[in-house]
Amino acid sequence: MDLTLYVWRQSGPDKPGRLEEYKANGISPDMSFLEMLDVVNQDLIRAGEEPIAFDHDCREGICGTCSQVINGIPHGPVEKTTVCQLHMRHFKSGDTIYIEPWRARAFPVMKDLIVDRSALDRIMQAGGYVSVHTGGVPDANAVLIPKDDADASMDAAECIGCGACVAACPNGSAMLFTAAKVAHLAKLPQGRVEAARRVCVMTEAMMQEGFGSCSNHYECQAVCPKGIKVQFIAKLNREFMKSRM
Amino acid sequence: MYLLRSQVGRKIVMAVSGFSMLAFVVVHLLGNTSMYGGPGSMNAYASALHRFPLLIWLFRLILMVMFYLHVFYGIALKLENRDAKPEPYVVEKYKQSTFAGRNMIWTGLLIGAFVVYHLLHFTFQVTNPQISAGSHPDAMGRPDVFMMVMLSFRKLAISAVYISAMIVLGLHLSHSIQSGFQTVGLNNDRSFPIAIKGGMVVAILITLGFAAFPIVIFTGILR
Repeated sequence: MDLTLYVWRQSGPDKPGRLEEYKANGISPDMSFLEMLDVVNQDLIRAGEEPIAFDHDCREGICGTCSQVINGIPHGPVEKTTVCQLHMRHFKSGDTIYIEPWRARAFPVMKDLIVDRSALDRIMQAGGYVSVHTGGVPDANAVLIPKDDADASMDAAECIGCGACVAACPNGSAMLFTAAKVAHLAKLPQGRVEAARRVCVMTEAMMQEGFGSCSNHYECQAVCPKGIKVQFIAKLNREFMKSRM
Repeated sequence: MYLLRSQVGRKIVMAVSGFSMLAFVVVHLLGNTSMYGGPGSMNAYASALHRFPLLIWLFRLILMVMFYLHVFYGIALKLENRDAKPEPYVVEKYKQSTFAGRNMIWTGLLIGAFVVYHLLHFTFQVTNPQISAGSHPDAMGRPDVFMMVMLSFRKLAISAVYISAMIVLGLHLSHSIQSGFQTVGLNNDRSFPIAIKGGMVVAILITLGFAAFPIVIFTGILR
């Protein structure tokens, strides 16, 4: 496959950036998107040029590190798929592909396609945990949890914190991320104890980090590689109202 | 107040004020259907409403507060949200969001402007004083609201303004009804598709219901 890429190049934070054209020739359809970029980078290195900087880690779709907006869609055209699991067979030879970094006030571009997503970590630090007494391992099933609740909690816990929801949101809101974390803990008895405080401090942290608010476009759900549903945002809203009562 | 400082809280204020105004719009539409009963029923309905000035002003006061909250926080949230996404993508693509959803601020401001015009037109009756109901009583001595509406909507410009405004309102509602349910947390796997489809149906019904008046009067179906 031969492709034409337009990649966002930016030498550092607060530096001006622009799209640059690259040719990716002889790409195998079995390569992942990141492997295709590896090939392009190898060519750039051989030519003595600066390779394209992009985030990646596990390359098996679970770490939430890869973060590229491909032709206007975070993680690219295939649903419920991270960039690393997006394979080139979903493109045609001769295609033109635009690759941009996540865009949001809270995600400043560090270099090329890499953005600083530590704002999500700070939302987690604010309240995305349960306080437990350490000590001996509790007996299994000492705390009974209805199957439906456990399932819903695990669905929310699938969030890998990649930030695609923020990247896709016209408001740069981190509501789907925050809602997934709030719901994941609020659905379990261990998390109920701090539920009221948690929803307040986490949404407060979200606002302080410069994320926008949710106006229910549901773009986040459409691009989420883990299929986190916006029903969790309704759950967050319920938790918020409960916390005020 | 924490509710008004928090993003989620302000969204809830938007939803509750929006639903209050939606409830008013529905009642308003039902009341307007007395136009189809002719001058007798319309004028009787209008004068009946004014028989309880205290009640009317209570409702007006509540509506004004809701209107203010909705406009104020609508604009504030929009500005914040624009600030949260300063740089657009070179390739801009949407998978789920709608034209109506992304243009709530504009449809909202247009509706706000229309409400001002509508009040000046039919409530304060200053835009067309020659046909104002207040100074033209009907045979029973009541303000002739029926005739005022008839004479207004026989004019193409006025009918066009009202019909366009109702289309804009329909766009606004097509996003906002489902959005309101989501914001107040009334959504789960079962209710979500119902809220989306139901919201759309209600938006269309309200648009058609209101737009029907200028249409049937202008075309002469209602005489």
